[in-house]
Amino acid sequence: MIKRLLLMSWLALCATGLRAELIIEITEGITDATSIAIVPFAWSGPRLPEDVATIVAADLHRSGQFAPLERSKMLSLPSRQDQVFYRDWQSKTNGAEYLVIGRLGRTDDGKYRVDYELFDVFQQRKVNSWFATGGDLRALAHHVSDVLYQELTGIRGAFSTKMLYVTMEYLQEPGAGPSKQRYRLYMADVDGHNDRILMESSEPILSPSWAPNGRHITYVSFKSTRPAIYIRDTKTGAEKQITNFRGLNGAPRFSPDGRQMAMVLSKDGNPEIYTMDLRSGKLRRITNHYAIDTEPTWAPDGQSLIFTSERGGSPQIYRQYLDSGKVERLTFEGSYNARPALTPDGRFLAMVHRNNGVFHIAVKDLVRGTFNVLTRTQLDESPSIAPNASMIIYATMENNRGVLAAVSLDGRVKVKLPSRVGNVREPAWSPYL
Amino acid sequence: MPMSNRNFLFALIAVFAISACSSTPEDTTADDTMAADTTTDYSSPDDDVSGGAMGGDYGAQQEMTDPALQERVVYFDFDKANIRPDAVATLQAHAQYLSENPGAQLRVEGHADERGTREYNMALGERRAKAVASFLAANGASASQLEIISYGEERPVALGHDEAAWSQNRRSELNYTAEAP
Repeated sequence: MIKRLLLMSWLALCATGLRAELIIEITEGITDATSIAIVPFAWSGPRLPEDVATIVAADLHRSGQFAPLERSKMLSLPSRQDQVFYRDWQSKTNGAEYLVIGRLGRTDDGKYRVDYELFDVFQQRKVNSWFATGGDLRALAHHVSDVLYQELTGIRGAFSTKMLYVTMEYLQEPGAGPSKQRYRLYMADVDGHNDRILMESSEPILSPSWAPNGRHITYVSFKSTRPAIYIRDTKTGAEKQITNFRGLNGAPRFSPDGRQMAMVLSKDGNPEIYTMDLRSGKLRRITNHYAIDTEPTWAPDGQSLIFTSERGGSPQIYRQYLDSGKVERLTFEGSYNARPALTPDGRFLAMVHRNNGVFHIAVKDLVRGTFNVLTRTQLDESPSIAPNASMIIYATMENNRGVLAAVSLDGRVKVKLPSRVGNVREPAWSPYL
Repeated sequence: MPMSNRNFLFALIAVFAISACSSTPEDTTADDTMAADTTTDYSSPDDDVSGGAMGGDYGAQQEMTDPALQERVVYFDFDKANIRPDAVATLQAHAQYLSENPGAQLRVEGHADERGTREYNMALGERRAKAVASFLAANGASASQLEIISYGEERPVALGHDEAAWSQNRRSELNYTAEAP
């Protein structure tokens, strides 16, 4: 694995002139990344607010699986097939395995239209061509990235998705008096752009996650001075409080069909996992153990809940089937495994794993039983998996500040999302939108 | 400056005040000011006067007298929620105060250090707050006087990412919401 800190994507993102709270750096990519040249898309008109080809290159680069050719190394800038000369792209230093060209235009109803083509330089053939229309250039660019990624890897791209995260700033130094904090819940594109504050509070906000519809979200807020679970419509901003029990009201997770919410309540004595029918508000108690049971997440088929429990003496991850009540322990590696997250196929289990007092993100293959520690950063927490299972976004600590980072499921690609504000934490990757 | 240092300072001042008071003559009469009388009583934990013969006036004087009552934070070991021996005197003083002041209301906060996951730490913080509340109840406080809340790792008092900071953050805070001593 080669350690590289490529400035390119950073500069490219800054060059757009748009404010983004998060800036993305690739800290580790794979050595055999596929080289690809994304030639600037032709456009005749006043200067555009966004450079589509740059955004596409940054997206593919961030996946770690592609090494986009720097623009300054391109020997020609074709935008039509008849301008493509393969020899321009076959050099060892200035070449690429794949070439993408495109043209931007306007539709009659004032939207943008992009026509783009993918070429295989080695085989000297056009692979495919597409077009798309849309009102927002960044969204259009992410769509192009999704299509190219799927064509080249066979896996659906997740560049058009969003994420939630929480920031916390100290308005007064801790310990110097009454706590003065500012919590903010953000929604942003997964590249950190288009960040928007959904809510702000002097009281803690935590555990945000998405409804399967990609529109509603749930989280815990202490704004009433006690923890309670809320659902918010990100389109309208409408918020609804769904719990107000004594004790813990935590770790809410929508079921895959969006009809139920798994959560942690301690109203009956100690932390137990419940499901709530969101239509009737009716609760069903799932766990019944004097140990801590928390951090439930649903299996993709909705038939079981995966959660953290210390019933075995230390926090480990368990599965409980909802119909039979049968419980199985899923992790045995070390003395601390918590905060489970499952890939959409239910095969891989990401978690927080403690090793020698240091907290890392680890993945267990539930079919083969293999266990892999993916990160080398410290105090890693809150893993959240992309809907295409390509990457896990998580929170970690850098220079005494909470930052977000991402790692591929195989651990080969590592990405850092340093923030300019406060402590960033609790990322939640949206479903496909 | 960590809060505990300040509290320690308060405690020092209180102790100083008490020792100054206890050197006053013993010939105070029952009609004398309660302040002088009770301060003397409280300088000695074994004093049988603390039985409560002075009724409702007790609370008002106790605030200036018992250094343990000025301490509003107790600490815990890593991943543990049992009451440590160094917390017992503080909690006994608060339990006694609560039993003697039925109007007093206490919010017991539980906190965790930053290690481990946030929701797990919420549960751990609650367990700590409950351990404190149970101790207070077992020592005379009424359950209706106690409210518990966990903040997990959300409200550290010490920044930093080492044991020095973590040991300050693994704590339970006693915050009176009515009739504070």
